[in-house]
Amino acid sequence: MALRDRQGRPLVAVTGMGVVTSLGQGKDDTWAALTAGKSGIHRINRFPTEGLRTTIAGTIDHVDVEPFCAPMLSERLAMLAAEEAVGQSGLSQESFPGALFMAVPPVEMEWPQREALAEASGQTGDVTYKDLLKAAATGRFKPWHDLFIFGTVADRVADRFGTRGSPISLSTACSSGATAIQLGVEAIRRGEADAALCIGTDGSVNPESLIRFSLLSALSTQNDNPEGASKPFSKNRDGFVMGEGGAALVLENAESAKARGATILGYVLGCGEKGDGFHRTRSSPDGMPAITAIRQALEDAGLSPDDIDYINAHGTSTPENDKMEAMSCTAVFGERMANLPISSNKSMIGHTLTAAGAVEAVMSLLTLGTGRIPPTINYQVPDPAIPLDVVPNMARDAKVTYVLSNSFGFGGQNTCLVFGAEPK
Amino acid sequence: MRDVVITGIGLVSGAGEGLEAHLAALAVGGAPNTDATAFEPFPVHPVVALEWDRQIPKKSDQRQMEAWQRLGCYAAGLALDAAGAKDDAALKGRMQLIVSAGGGERDYAVDGQILTGLRQAENPGVFLNERLMGDLRPTLFLAQLSNLLAGNISIVHGVTGASRTFMGEESSGVDALRIARERIASGQDDIFLVGGAYNAERADVLLIYEMGGFLWKKPYASVWERPAEGGGMILGSGACFLVLESRAKPLAAVAGIASDRSRRRAGSVEEALHALSKQLGAKPDVVLSGATGIKGITEEEQAALKDIAPGVPVHATGNLVGHTMEAQAPTGVALAAGLIGEGRAGEALVTSIGHWRGEGAIRLIKA
Repeated sequence: MALRDRQGRPLVAVTGMGVVTSLGQGKDDTWAALTAGKSGIHRINRFPTEGLRTTIAGTIDHVDVEPFCAPMLSERLAMLAAEEAVGQSGLSQESFPGALFMAVPPVEMEWPQREALAEASGQTGDVTYKDLLKAAATGRFKPWHDLFIFGTVADRVADRFGTRGSPISLSTACSSGATAIQLGVEAIRRGEADAALCIGTDGSVNPESLIRFSLLSALSTQNDNPEGASKPFSKNRDGFVMGEGGAALVLENAESAKARGATILGYVLGCGEKGDGFHRTRSSPDGMPAITAIRQALEDAGLSPDDIDYINAHGTSTPENDKMEAMSCTAVFGERMANLPISSNKSMIGHTLTAAGAVEAVMSLLTLGTGRIPPTINYQVPDPAIPLDVVPNMARDAKVTYVLSNSFGFGGQNTCLVFGAEPK
Repeated sequence: MRDVVITGIGLVSGAGEGLEAHLAALAVGGAPNTDATAFEPFPVHPVVALEWDRQIPKKSDQRQMEAWQRLGCYAAGLALDAAGAKDDAALKGRMQLIVSAGGGERDYAVDGQILTGLRQAENPGVFLNERLMGDLRPTLFLAQLSNLLAGNISIVHGVTGASRTFMGEESSGVDALRIARERIASGQDDIFLVGGAYNAERADVLLIYEMGGFLWKKPYASVWERPAEGGGMILGSGACFLVLESRAKPLAAVAGIASDRSRRRAGSVEEALHALSKQLGAKPDVVLSGATGIKGITEEEQAALKDIAPGVPVHATGNLVGHTMEAQAPTGVALAAGLIGEGRAGEALVTSIGHWRGEGAIRLIKA
């Protein structure tokens, strides 16, 4: 088998994967729950929810960090996923032979820290930022500089695994995890390195981030039955459910992976991306950016639409995304789309935002490895406007050689990846 | 590998608007305009007043952005104009975009009121929920999100190849340029818009760096003079975008970009700069330094530059525009390209030593 693709570029193999979601820690636990159709969505008990329109999420509650805040939890989730992935690859845990590409949620100081500064300022009247700055000048809060600047999560992961060069922290909103993988693929194809550690992580379910999405009317408010709230492609879908997660993939030049006797779990065969200048939170009504991203990914992989056996959907459960995604897929795959399985992991783990593209990449590769397609759960009321085979409610076994994974983000960032059990 | 050249620059800061204004200010030298009172005791380099309508025609778009996004969007428009790409919809439709950015932007009044109220609140968690639900502007979120500067550039200027946003302070500026250069050099893409924007006139960013003890709290002094008096940064508001291409009519060629992250200890920055300049094969006749003025790393950079570029003029971008964090490296590259374009230099080295982590260097030559 040639270890270069049709364009003469090195083939990119996946040799390690790790994941943590609200369904469990590690890919075995998560995969077992995901293919059993279990939901990880529950009532939020991390903070009081009185006064909120949405009171459910797929938080990860079994991981403790101190101080509890989004960058600390995101860092921990990334570490757990990366330990599993690098461990599986058999590469060095302390001196990883490649660069780090990391999708991280944008961080900022949170309310407990602002409150601590306000208290330390001694201000008993109206608190302003002048008071917070006065408290900051005491030097007592020095570690919070490091904690709340944007490059720290990746820097700590780079330290832990000894990755090479300057680590890249990135955001393309809800397609960030896929972009991290794309950057790794590109670096290997260019011959800059034989390996890349690509991670997506998000542990940012806190009151303000939840409220921000809530104020944009993006979240499901069907709080009564948390496990049933995320209903991608259903007629009664009413928004996404926030989730937390971390996922890591070890990518390698297939040639060097084989040379060292590594087990190849699958290949990243193609990447496609396309910007959308239509609106800050909505996609172009004609679906052209998503359609272009899918077509580019297929072309980059050297595949035709007929080659794809399964689509791991972006499938957020918002009225708009699912309609746009169905339309875009239909435009690319034509009549075949009525029978081409497409399912959404977000029906069970919620929308893990920055991590989603990476989490769903791991699930796509597990589908290739096991021949099992995880279902779209909570599919009770089909939407007649979206006649798709969403693999409703029950996992399905099928021969799957090529998978398309879609990620579409706020700000017009669309990224699609194609994975294969073998190169074509 | 293909040559990568700079064909357009958009630059705004306290030193003015446009490359020419910056080169003129660099030639004149002298103390830049700083504002010592607005955020006393922290001086900042305020950006000059801009006519937003000239690059962001729709008021509705201007309202959807906070200052850092408006600055970036404005500078991106200038760069597209300079490259002659503004009116070429097809070209912009395939132009790739990489933005180096932070994010944030708070509603300071709302934050203050909530902090005041939380102290007396019977149930602080519930109080916080109610106040945030009632007082946060829904659109503020979009002004806080790091990737939405890129989103706004796509919307306002129609640059829709695809966009990626890199975060991580100074390093993100170097790495955004590095990845864009590699993608053009390898033939993956033909044209990029790359840059960053920073708003220093913000209490919340001052707070982060004051917690870390990184800010200069005396009247303006050059970055080279500050270490002897304890050292510190003066943050600057500004933005810089560059159009990078593989084709003709360039200002300068981007010969190489190197970045790394040393484990910071005494001497590590000096070593890193030596290694990066060796990797690039740098023999500059001008240096554009991104020095912060932070004690230790600033002197180490000076020492390294004495070896790397003996007798060569060293301009600190911090002395011209202040420290613009994610936009610092792009700004240094823009100035270097301008000097080369005017024939005032043949080869330039741009340095970016992060205030806390990350080292980068960029080599520019005549195209």
